Formats: sequence, C-alpha cells, structure tokens
Amino acid sequence: MTSFLQIWLPNLAVLTVLLVCVFLAKVVARSDRWTVARRRLQRDKVGQLAAFVCLIYLLVGALETVVVPTQTGSRTLLQMLCSGVPQEKGYAAPMASTALSISSPNPLISKHLLGTDALGRDTLVQTLRATRAALWIGGLTSLVYIPLGVLLGILAAYYRGWVDDLVQYFYSTIAAVPEILMLVAILMVLGKGLGTMAIALGITGWVGMARLIRGEALRQMERPYVAAAKAMGQSHWNIITKHLLPNVMHLVVIKFVLGFSGLVLAEAVLSYLGVGAPVGTASWGAIVDASRSELSREPLVWWNLASASFALFLLVLCLNVLGDSLRRAFDPKSTS
Amino acid sequence: MLTVHSLGIDFISGSNRTHAVKGISFSIAPGETLALVGESGSGKSVTGLALTRLLQEPPAVYSSGEILFEGSDVLKMSPRELRRLRGGKIAYVFQEPSTSLNPVFTVRSQIAEALHLHRPEVRDIDGEVARCLDMVGIVDPSKRMHDYPHQLSGGMQQRVMIAMALACHPKLLVADEPTTALDVTVQAQILDQMRLIKQQIKMAMLLITHNFGIIGGIADRVAVMFRGAIVEHGATAEVLHNPQHPYTKALIGCIPQLGQHRRRLTTIDYSTLG
Repeated sequence: MTSFLQIWLPNLAVLTVLLVCVFLAKVVARSDRWTVARRRLQRDKVGQLAAFVCLIYLLVGALETVVVPTQTGSRTLLQMLCSGVPQEKGYAAPMASTALSISSPNPLISKHLLGTDALGRDTLVQTLRATRAALWIGGLTSLVYIPLGVLLGILAAYYRGWVDDLVQYFYSTIAAVPEILMLVAILMVLGKGLGTMAIALGITGWVGMARLIRGEALRQMERPYVAAAKAMGQSHWNIITKHLLPNVMHLVVIKFVLGFSGLVLAEAVLSYLGVGAPVGTASWGAIVDASRSELSREPLVWWNLASASFALFLLVLCLNVLGDSLRRAFDPKSTS
Repeated sequence: MLTVHSLGIDFISGSNRTHAVKGISFSIAPGETLALVGESGSGKSVTGLALTRLLQEPPAVYSSGEILFEGSDVLKMSPRELRRLRGGKIAYVFQEPSTSLNPVFTVRSQIAEALHLHRPEVRDIDGEVARCLDMVGIVDPSKRMHDYPHQLSGGMQQRVMIAMALACHPKLLVADEPTTALDVTVQAQILDQMRLIKQQIKMAMLLITHNFGIIGGIADRVAVMFRGAIVEHGATAEVLHNPQHPYTKALIGCIPQLGQHRRRLTTIDYSTLG
C-alpha cells in the first residue's frame, strides 16, 4: 500500500496537473480576449523567453516528481537521468579536480560543474532536484490561499453587513497570531510533508489576499457598472463572477507572482525549524539553510548558496516578467 | 401599466431618519413618456431606482405605498421575480456611460449577456447585437461591437447603454439623467434617437432630469419633484408655458435663453418656497 502511494500518487499528481493545464488552455483559447492577447504575446519576445524558462522549471519539477520503480527501490526520473554523476567524499569547488580541506590532495572521480555539497553530492543535480519542492510549495499553497482569499474578499465586499464582519473577524484573528507560531502549530498537528506545509501556508497566507481583494472589490462596487448589472437583473453570483472577479484579477496575478518567492523562503524557514519538508527532501530552502555554516568556513564554500539562490532568483524573475506580460496582453485598456 | 401610489422612502443612518420620498403618486401608460424633473436631492433618482427595488436596504426603507407594475406589487416580489423584472420589463440607462459599462468586456459580450438573461430564445446573438446597435445609430455595428468601452466616445457609450437596455424589449425604460454627462450637440442627437426608438417599439419611458430644457420635445407629461414630493404634475406644454407652483416657475426661470444678455443667471430663492 505504501509503495503504491509512493509511486502512483506523485505520478497521478503530475498527470492531473498536465490535464488541468490542457483544460485551461482550451478554455482560454475559446475566449474572445485570447485572439488579441495572442497577437500581443507574439510580439513580446521577453515574455516568451520568460515563459520558456518557466516551462523548463516545470519540466525539471515534473521529472523529479515522476517516480519509477527499480530493483533498489523507487527513484525519480531526474535521479535516473543524473545517475551517471558520481558522488564524492566531501566539498569540492566548481570545476575543481581535488576535494577541499583534506590534508593530502584527494583527487575527485570527475569534475563537477557547480561543485559538491558537504556529502559530496553534485550541487547542480541537488539544485535541479530542489525545483520540485519549490514548485509544489509555491503551486499548492497558491491553490489553497488564492481561491480562499479571493472568494472571502469578494463576498465580504459584495454582501457587506454581517458577512463582512465575519470575514474581517476571521482574518484579524489569524493575523493577530504570530505567523510562525501558527505555522508550527498547524504542522505539528498535520505532520511533516510538502502537502501539509502547503495547507499550513495557505491557511495563514489568505489573510493578505482577502484584505487586498476586499479593498479593491469595495472600490469596484462603487462603480456604476455594478449597479447597471443589478438593474439588468443579474443574479448575485453572475455579478460576482462576471463583473467583480475579472476586475480584481490583475491583483491576483501580481500577488501570486510576488508571493511565490516568499513561499519558497517560508519553506526554508520551516525546514530550518524542523517542521518543514521531511529530512532528505532536496529544497532550495534546505540548501540556503545549510550554507549558514558553509559561509563561515575557511576556505569559503559559496557555490551551494549561489546555485540555490540563483535558481530561485531566476524562477521568480521569470514569473514576474511572465505575469507582467500576461497582464499586459489580457488588459483591454493597453494600446495596440 | 405602472402605477405608483403614495410611495414613501426613508433612509436610516444611525438614529437619523431622512424622508427622501414623501408619499408620491404617478402613473405611466404604455408608450407614454413621463418626465420627472427636480434638482439634486429632490428624490427623483431614488424614485427611479425604487421602481425595481434597486435601493440598498438598509439604509433605504420603503415606508409606505405600493408600486404596481402590470398589476403586481413590486414591493412584494421575491428576489427571483425582481431579477426577471429588472432589465426584462423595466430597463435602466444611467447618467455616467463611461463607468456604467464593465471595462474588461467588449460591447458585444455585455449586450449578449443581457440577451442571455432575458431573451434566451435568441439564437443569432451577433445579428441581434448588431441590430440593437444599429437601432441606436451606431455606424458599422458588426465591427464596433468588438470594441471595449474605453475605445468609444461618451456619446457612443451612452448609445451602447441604451442598446443594451433595449435589447431585452423592456416595457418601460427608466432614463436617469441620460444626457447630463454628454456635451450639448451629442445630447440632442441622443434624445432624438430615443424619441425615434420609442415610437418604433412603443415603449414607455420615465425620463429623470434636472434640465427643463430637454423635455420639451420628448415628454408627454411632466412631474416636478421638490424635497421628496411632487409639487406639480401635468401635460408638458402646459407646465412649461403656464407653471402653477412657484418652484416650477423658478426652475423654468433658470433655463438660460440664447440671445439674452443678462449679467447674472437666475437663481432660486428657497426662502420664499417654504
């Protein structure tokens, strides 16, 4: 049973994500805003580059998620692809031919493009493997907190009165508890793991989203087109989904992109506190965490921190650029 | 068709109770146009919104009277019946065309939505949208309907709003200051267009305005509102040429006349009105 879960659950997850993407693409392609958006995207070379890099991240994350059973236990596709990279005995600098801080020079089995970590594992491979944790945390948490925050924020702004009071009461209560304390408490109850971490971060993370959306939705509610929609005989649900939601969507895109890097870092903090990802899960957070001691070594071990930081930086940068491009492309008010 | 009988509307804020509309009565026959004239705060817009209970409750309270539309009391309708009434039987055109249209959807999809709500039997959506836009005098409608609201001028936006209101074949159009945000030449065009359409499709209209200058050619009857009450009510020509109530006289006196060389515009002296 456990082996079944370990092997098929991740594979099923990848398949589900794939199917959802295809479905979303079909929905988007049918909307009349898409034709204009596509024309704009075709001219936006920087946006295309960002999309390409994001796709590579997704691919690497998927390779690390798909599990293949072997004689010696199950391994991920990425592990199998990188199985030719040998393990060393300790730290090695990028492209070095000998290991660090061993009195007699100890020749390495092969050269490592970005060096190795304390256990002699190739830094490049570890950094690539950690993509999975980042994408799962960023993606899953966003799946939890964005719908929650947007829904509650819009409902509060639309119905006002006691609904608004209730939502505000909820998020003020959650905001009043120190976030780390709350996260640790939830993770203690739910147990370690990427999934539970996403749930915990989602539960604490929707507050900012709900506040933001409530404010914007309140502003939109004052605009006459909402009154016009009511005078048209539209139902509450129609007004919320067709009129308010599209007009607050730009904030959702921005918040998602900016929140993504915060989530990856939150994972690092939680891993550091010992309630994050299970030991042995490759994550940029864990690498950054380990580099605290590496940075005080002599000679300095900087490549692990640099690799993880750069991988994170590139992902967040590309998400930012991509988010901007999408917003511009789908914004009816932008010219051309 | 529509009969409003001693309708009273209050607004409650805290312990304050403001009587916005004080027991007014009027009626509109099919195909007829009634102009509701009054200054800001006289309760004319509130009356217009109350016809389909669009006022936010609270703070608004319908304190007395009834609104009979085709025999049934609007104040006793269920939310479902009200939704069918709004847009379907009684449609609205508001003052600010630039913000009354949802900025993120094309003109076509907004009119299509109205059709979908109240005339689901329409199959050829594009054709019907184009027909509605053509009726309000938009040139090349099959091309313009793919425009977003910000790509249209104010006059065009208001035409789109009117087209959207007319798309559902309402029995009554409530036009709340439909031309106030537009410049004078466009005002005249829009009013002409509305008069033409009204004759074509035999629709009744409640024209809410503060401007006596625009009602002459379009309204059959006028009701003058002042401080929440109707102070004068009669055929348009009669009220315009022979006003009885001092407030009406004062209001008509305020219309600037072309060719007059007065140094100051006339104002209303409220102390004499009581």
